[in-house]
Amino acid sequence: MTVARLLPRTISKAVVGLILLFLGFPIVVVVVVSFSSATYLTFPPPAFGLRWYEAYFGSADWLRPTWLSLAVASAVVALSTVLGTLAALGLGRLPKPLRVVAAALVLSPLIVPVIVVAIGIYYAFSRYGLVGSPLGLVLAHTCLAVPFVVTSVSASLAGIDPRLQQAALSLGATPRNTFLQVTLPLIRPGVIVGALFAFISSFDELVVALFLSGSGAVTLPRRMWDDLRFQIDPTIAAVSTLTIVLTASLLAVAHLLRRRAQGNLGKASVT
Amino acid sequence: MRDGTSTTHGAAVALTALEKRYDSVAAVAGVSLDIRSGEFLTLLGPSGSGKTTTLMMIAGFEMPTAGDIAIDGQSVVGLPPYKRNIGMVFQNYALFPHLTVTDNIGFPLKQRGVSRAERSKLVGEALDLVHLPGYGNRYPRQLSGGQQQRVALARAIVFQPRLLLMDEPLGALDKQLRENLQLEMRRLHADLGITFIYVTHDQEEALTMSDRIAVMNEGKVAQVGRPEELYDRPASRFVAGFIGESNFLPAVVRDVDGETVVADCQGAVVRGLCRKPPDSGQSIVLSTRPERMRFADEERSDSASNRLRVTVSEAVFAGERCRYLLRTADGTSIVLKEPSSATVRRRSVGEQAEVAWPVADTILV
Repeated sequence: MTVARLLPRTISKAVVGLILLFLGFPIVVVVVVSFSSATYLTFPPPAFGLRWYEAYFGSADWLRPTWLSLAVASAVVALSTVLGTLAALGLGRLPKPLRVVAAALVLSPLIVPVIVVAIGIYYAFSRYGLVGSPLGLVLAHTCLAVPFVVTSVSASLAGIDPRLQQAALSLGATPRNTFLQVTLPLIRPGVIVGALFAFISSFDELVVALFLSGSGAVTLPRRMWDDLRFQIDPTIAAVSTLTIVLTASLLAVAHLLRRRAQGNLGKASVT
Repeated sequence: MRDGTSTTHGAAVALTALEKRYDSVAAVAGVSLDIRSGEFLTLLGPSGSGKTTTLMMIAGFEMPTAGDIAIDGQSVVGLPPYKRNIGMVFQNYALFPHLTVTDNIGFPLKQRGVSRAERSKLVGEALDLVHLPGYGNRYPRQLSGGQQQRVALARAIVFQPRLLLMDEPLGALDKQLRENLQLEMRRLHADLGITFIYVTHDQEEALTMSDRIAVMNEGKVAQVGRPEELYDRPASRFVAGFIGESNFLPAVVRDVDGETVVADCQGAVVRGLCRKPPDSGQSIVLSTRPERMRFADEERSDSASNRLRVTVSEAVFAGERCRYLLRTADGTSIVLKEPSSATVRRRSVGEQAEVAWPVADTILV
């Protein structure tokens, strides 16, 4: 704030512009290259065309990992949303000191470096034949996704007046109906946002996939990684662009939901 | 709700030696109270006096550490809140923000398996009862505070509970709205014939609305009685000070004659009423209300009145009445309120005067 005040408006605008360019330029390059007509990666492209999108949609080598990633991410969403929501509800009921410890445990996958988690999971899973199987990926990604759901749902829960639940009980609703008819509808935006983040976290995940994919369960990020290592053609740019579009749309939905939820709560608490 | 043909009658609630401890701190320290069927009983007390905790135990949200709560002779201590069939109104209304007014009021009916058609009929009647017809499709956030509280009230009575609990329901509203709703709650209470237990820290609200008031302090009931009983015959210094304004005069017992105590106070002999006779020579405090005192320089003394010499130290004209701050010989402050009148001489600061007040309005506290 003080820095912004010290600098003249034009300079601060220029600085912000440069930062945005720095952040956005790689994305712009990738998107532009994906529409290239050249046979190898060059920037700027000599001409534009859709040949690399055609290459992607025409190749089973690309589509199979895409479907696997989508399937894994969907399973992760289902598992982590249920687990994370239940965890958030449970954490909210624990007494303070216990809650802090339990929350730290639940959120630890966010804190521990992914590579460490990945190595640990690799050793543990290899014993049970879970390396190279989609199930192993689903389980591992769920561990990493649960914290996103817990944080998002906990934030929603914290915004709910505890007296609403008391009111429901006093009006004759069983604890089950209180949850289904009052608590759940009120935390729904938080649950959905958590689910979206869980989806993205799994869909984008590379490190764990490197260890667990083996040859039987190659996900899209893993396939992209291999592609970059062994051959470079602009198909990767087309794939990246599609991934960016998907992720950005999901984030936009999450953002809208969050804003709407805040709007609701804000209006209700003013009166 | 079944206008006129209602067969519901209020629940009788008996609290017996009720206690609630958190670790070693007692929020409620032995409350025994018999609330009669159809009564409007107010739990009145400062914050931390245990009134809300007591209410929460009746509702079933707090588990008593000891003692019993019986509704119509049946102990409800082991019963979860959703099986108690008690209506409850919260201070912040606690309306479900994601449901319309109709669905909010219909919520308790839905839990009881009332059919959709019957539900919409009962909700309509409830909305009429709280003067909000036509508001069914709105969401709580589209209503004013007063309207939200009416919806909360409708929601709490639509399922015909025999007991309605209210936790400072008017606390968040402005004064005029509060007075309107106070009248409406009295009317509802009379119409429905059910038992109301009302929690407030506002003594004026308690006095105007209640059949009986239980004054609470430090987790205990300090006194229970009709509003005029509490006002005219406070049982303790706490009650005398908490309900209305009181003057406290230190005195020493000279003699006790039945219910009347005779005491020395600032060189004068003062009489007052007592519940339990004190010992001769005991130091006591006598209490009296500012509006029961009058200036009496020209009057002859009589045995039905107490008299005391004072100096006027402050005089405030407040429209309908004058408020004087007086000091006795030893510096004790006394407040006197006199109805204003063009024929009565106003006293000025520094003036010597004599005040008198009835023995019947002098209470040993």
